Amino acid sequence: MAIPASDQVHLDVRGIGKSFGATRALDDVSIAVRSGSVHAFVGENGAGKSTLGKIIAGVFPQDQGDLVLRGGPVAFGSPREALQRGIALVAQEVALVPQLRVAENVYLGVEPRRTGFIDRDRLTERFQRLTTDAGFDLDGNAIVGRLPIAQQQQVEILRALARDADLIVLDEPSASLSAREVDRLHEIVRNLRTGGRTVILVSHFLQEVLALADTVTVLRDGKVVRTGPAAEETEGSLVAAMLGRPVSRTYPDKRLVADDSPVALAIRNLSAPGVRDVSLTVRAGEIVGLAGLIGAGRSELARAIYGAVPTSAGELRAGTTTLAGSPIDSIHAGVAMIPESRKDDGLFLRRPIRENVSLASLAGLHRLGFVRRRAERVQVTGVLARVSGTSLLEAPAGALSGGNQQKLLFARALLATPSVLIADEPTRGVDVGAKRDLYELLVDLAAGGVAILLISNEMEELLGLAHRVVVMRKGRVAAELAGSAMTEEAILAAAFGTSGTAAA
Amino acid sequence: MSGSEVSGGRVARGPSMTRLSHAVGRGGILIPFVLTFVALSLASPSFLRFQNLANILDQQAGIIIVAAAGTFVLIAGGIDLSIGATYGLAAATALNVASSVSSPAGVVAGVAVGLAVGLANGIIVTRFRINALIGSLAMSFVVSGIAAIVTKGNLVVAFDHPDFQQFAATRIVGVTSAAWMMILVAVAATVLLSRTTFGRYVYATGGNAQAARLGGVRVNAIRVATFALSGAAAGLAGTIDSSRVLSAQASSGQFLTFTVLTGIIVGGTSILGGEGSMQRTVIGCLFVALVANGFNLLGLDPFYQQVTLGVILLLAVGLDAWTRRFE
Repeated sequence: MAIPASDQVHLDVRGIGKSFGATRALDDVSIAVRSGSVHAFVGENGAGKSTLGKIIAGVFPQDQGDLVLRGGPVAFGSPREALQRGIALVAQEVALVPQLRVAENVYLGVEPRRTGFIDRDRLTERFQRLTTDAGFDLDGNAIVGRLPIAQQQQVEILRALARDADLIVLDEPSASLSAREVDRLHEIVRNLRTGGRTVILVSHFLQEVLALADTVTVLRDGKVVRTGPAAEETEGSLVAAMLGRPVSRTYPDKRLVADDSPVALAIRNLSAPGVRDVSLTVRAGEIVGLAGLIGAGRSELARAIYGAVPTSAGELRAGTTTLAGSPIDSIHAGVAMIPESRKDDGLFLRRPIRENVSLASLAGLHRLGFVRRRAERVQVTGVLARVSGTSLLEAPAGALSGGNQQKLLFARALLATPSVLIADEPTRGVDVGAKRDLYELLVDLAAGGVAILLISNEMEELLGLAHRVVVMRKGRVAAELAGSAMTEEAILAAAFGTSGTAAA
Repeated sequence: MSGSEVSGGRVARGPSMTRLSHAVGRGGILIPFVLTFVALSLASPSFLRFQNLANILDQQAGIIIVAAAGTFVLIAGGIDLSIGATYGLAAATALNVASSVSSPAGVVAGVAVGLAVGLANGIIVTRFRINALIGSLAMSFVVSGIAAIVTKGNLVVAFDHPDFQQFAATRIVGVTSAAWMMILVAVAATVLLSRTTFGRYVYATGGNAQAARLGGVRVNAIRVATFALSGAAAGLAGTIDSSRVLSAQASSGQFLTFTVLTGIIVGGTSILGGEGSMQRTVIGCLFVALVANGFNLLGLDPFYQQVTLGVILLLAVGLDAWTRRFE
């Protein structure tokens, strides 16, 4: 790092402890965050890194310990109070007003006023200056709800900047961004640091942490394993510290698909909102990766196949069955989908884990409309063991960590014994250990004859798991790559629409 | 369970208030119910008499039947404000048909009218995508208007058909048939909600409609079914009460909607959907009934009763919002 961070401590975390019910989320955590540094918190899901970020930003209070800001003790009753002291949180889940425009969201509550009315000219002018400084390419007049998640998140970051925050907590900022957007985000983080601001980066992406951070704190089970200069860490050393044991980040062996393996999913000339004239097939036992930039139409394609949105043209077949275009028909035809957003499209957070898992399979778990509760319990327990998920059946789904919530969706899909599985970002926000479990599960399912369509933003994941990769661009299939043609460069070139090998 | 030591059993990421708020939400109503019960037993010697308790059950029959069905509507994420109007129309229809055709026909007509209104509500809310609050409120005006037209604004009586009274007022083991029907409906509703696939789909629909749809739930069909249940229950309740007193008025259900919703919400079923239980609705309704009964027994001004119930409803809604804060 060119400019050394100062030795002055911006925020001193002293002996912080926090319990949620019987779970000890943080235990005697002490960390000194230096002024003008990028300080990363890493750890598995449930290690406490997000919790720590949220305590720093005033989302919830700590049970024990003190926060000392520039030498003075502080206690925040709310994120608003933290913001008044210059601390802003950009959370994993965006919290914007979808009906309002970008600039209005950025200045919500701090609008420039003239005699009580919002001064639109000054608002526009300030917005322009802010976006130029931050290097964002955002239309201030766009309605936030119509923007992709990636851009909504940029609006959140702008909002923190607009409030002159000098300590910004970024909670998993790149989890939903495409490669190009991640690069831009990294640029912004570096700009923030150059401008003298302090950034706390909570991230799963170790390459990102190593590229950006000055200092890294590794957390495990709510305790600090170590804090040290990022320059002295490697991906391997961080993973080893997170897990308490060294792990190789390899993928399970790919198994060959027999040449005579039947086509399990056939899509011909499919058009739907965001999808134009897409044709592709997935054979039984095959994992086909779906690559592309955010907004290229991959999730839209997944939803159209599953019948979640109406299609406007084309033909869809699962085996010999023509899909009738509703989720319930797809389930009956043996098609399961793990949706992109587990909170919006997947889980019933207040309901028991058991009910969350069995939902799509109740048709086979009842007698005269009465749920066969013993059979349900046995089957749910069995399928949760298969995905190495939780063994607690009656706890609410919302009490689980992100990785375990994702396993519930896998369990639900598997319980319906699908012949086709569409997995949309199945490992998003999942820790390293759980990722391994999910990879093995996907490969085992394919070995058992399930046709899998896998959407992922992680190139490495697609290359490591898929037999073939279909690249989408602007709603269309841009390339279909297999064997030695399946390289990171080729995928990027197709995704960006460049003919050469280098990605723009 | 390989790997469960790594990833299994990490529960309770929610804040520590979650447990308290859940406990308040789930079992909360029992405490004020028991306290009121004990207080009334001590304050009024006539409270604990069998006759007083049997009377409470008899008078609450209609309310609890409607509330049991209304619980499905609320859990599925809807609300039915037309139950009072439906109750009035059903009461008048049942009485008219009972006196002009026969008592059984009167019962069938009363329930059928309610079912028809419920189905209409369901279609308005799903097919035409009208907000349930506004849709059922508009429906309540339409229905009470029809009831006023049917009755020509008069009190409908059937004193010359005392056989119709048997439907609700037959005493079995000292308790009226109305109370027995209420017990039957409450038990059936409890089983339907907690033991059947339909019950599961109702919770799923109200908890996260989009996730329910992707999980294979026919969300709109479930919504229509809950409104149909609610309408049919209001029809049955109107029929029972018209049978009991052999008279009916278009406006007789004007306080019913409020009373029923208070009972359900005081019981702890969320107005935001996805949460609730039948047992709590029954206890909630009985709690409201005890408060009313207490006002009678203690000879307090009935106007204060109205104020008290309003305040209780506000407290219950406030408590629901408070428990949701710790999500």
